Amino acid sequence: MPALPLDEAGQYVAAAYLVFVVLLIVYVAIMAVRIGHISREVESLADLAERRERERQAVGQAQAADSVGGDEKRSSDEATA
Amino acid sequence: MSNSLRNISLLTAVLLGLGFGLVFFYAPLDADQGFIQKIFYLHVPLAIIALAGFIIGGAHAVRHLRTGDPIHDARSYVSIHMSVIFGVAVLLTGAIWAKASWGIWWEWREPTLVSFLIVFLLYSTYYPLRYAIEDRQQQARYASVFAITAGAFVPLNFIAVRAAESFIHPRTFATANGGLPPKMQLVFWVCLIAIGLLWYTLVRFELETKRTRGQLNRLRRALDDGPGPPRSGPRIAPGATTR
Repeated sequence: MPALPLDEAGQYVAAAYLVFVVLLIVYVAIMAVRIGHISREVESLADLAERRERERQAVGQAQAADSVGGDEKRSSDEATA
Repeated sequence: MSNSLRNISLLTAVLLGLGFGLVFFYAPLDADQGFIQKIFYLHVPLAIIALAGFIIGGAHAVRHLRTGDPIHDARSYVSIHMSVIFGVAVLLTGAIWAKASWGIWWEWREPTLVSFLIVFLLYSTYYPLRYAIEDRQQQARYASVFAITAGAFVPLNFIAVRAAESFIHPRTFATANGGLPPKMQLVFWVCLIAIGLLWYTLVRFELETKRTRGQLNRLRRALDDGPGPPRSGPRIAPGATTR
């Protein structure tokens, strides 16, 4: 086949390079969605970690209060005796 | 994103821009095909890198079977995955070039086209094979065996095509008529390196995403254990920071 005229050949060349660019953009878009999911997952894990930390602190404070209360009761019992 | 990945991404973007710039502003017009030959600088590097990627996937699979390390299975999977995507680009750009050059989208009598399609379809069966197996270790082992077998098939297929008589598709790097002129060769090598770097960068991105996802899952499991008393020493995902 003889070489196509430039205007017609240009359309095919543009189509081929466009296919490549579109595939690349689709891939990058998919990656962006996946990174978005990961980002949201990180946020939810950070919230969960903070909640766990607060719960742990609350448990620790409650235990400390129990032990202080127990000591005071023990010393008042001894004084009474 | 690590610094090396950022640098390699920038280098890829620069090289791709340079390569495509050279294609349109430096490479001479082909005496036979004219402007349509510009597709060559995209189509052929994509095909070479896709086929090389399949072989790299096989090489990682060998390492996986030898060491049992799941990272090699992940690398093998991602290499094959990326090469399949590149394979789609090869088939589409090839069909466009065929239509412009030969007046047809596809030629079943041409060994180069059909052999690439066979390789592409072979690797397309990798996904159902892999995900049909539930046990993760067995899945990785079977996928590795497939990757090695199919990876060995790629160069054999290439040699067979070179030995076969060409119908209409020209032989790349054929030296019978003097091969590519130096200016075209330079542009071709820049494009080949750029596309190769693109493949490598995307593989690294994919692996990085998989690694991060794995770390997050481990973190989630560790946090889901419940509050409990504070523990000493590393508790969450001991291997999360490796590799």
